[in-house]
Amino acid sequence: MVYLTRKAEFSASHYYHNPAFSPEENLRIFGKCNNPNGHGHNYTLEVTVKGEVDPRSGFVVDLKQLKEVMHREVLDAMDHRFLNKEVPEFAHQIPTTENIAIAIWQRLSQKLERARLHRVRVYETPDLFVDFYGEA
Amino acid sequence: MKAHLSRRYLFSASHRLHSEAMSEEENQSIYGKCNNPYGHGHNYTVEVTVSGPVDEATGIVCNLTDLDGFIEREVLARYGHENLNTLKEFNKEVPTTENLCIQIYEIVQRGFHQAHLERVRLEETMMNSFEYSGNSEPLR
Repeated sequence: MVYLTRKAEFSASHYYHNPAFSPEENLRIFGKCNNPNGHGHNYTLEVTVKGEVDPRSGFVVDLKQLKEVMHREVLDAMDHRFLNKEVPEFAHQIPTTENIAIAIWQRLSQKLERARLHRVRVYETPDLFVDFYGEA
Repeated sequence: MKAHLSRRYLFSASHRLHSEAMSEEENQSIYGKCNNPYGHGHNYTVEVTVSGPVDEATGIVCNLTDLDGFIEREVLARYGHENLNTLKEFNKEVPTTENLCIQIYEIVQRGFHQAHLERVRLEETMMNSFEYSGNSEPLR
């Protein structure tokens, strides 16, 4: 088994708010991230796929295909967007880094052909990141 | 849905690697420059990974303010700008980054209960890092 990781960057804005909570609760739980006008990050995405090395091509995965799928499914949808307002998953779900990683996993896992998705890592800043392994 | 969350923190400290159980020559040959009797310092980066179900109402694994507060109080305040050899946990143990990593893991494991501790990773320099996941299998 060989693991291959591809990185990409995207910039987006978001804010954290749960309409089921009172304004005070939202502010207490989410702090500065509750500002309804949003704020932004430069996210770094690392997608790790796994598979056996194809004896003919020497590849685990067609990198071009992986890059295209990452661009189409993630970057086109999320780069330079306001996640709460422009990405359907976040119409009813808070776009925390945790939920962004899960949404990216779900978007990619349906579209990858040969390789199996192993891990989605999303850095919100260089000092904060989330890993999702598709675990329930 | 279970997710892993990692957060990085910085602190600076000094240490000297020297074992009373070994002769001067052995200490010198094993620890090299790190055996300098006056000690030397590093900017350490500690990366703490916790895991748990993503809460449906908040979308988070654990409140970062709680994690930050705990690490600042229990780890950064304890080790930041200290000479590690003077601390009681390194009275008998050599303050290698391996041992420091285990100490930090034990502190978080004992005191932080808002999420499951998966791993502590400690970078001594950009080129060296150490990981400890308790006695369980290491994280992938």
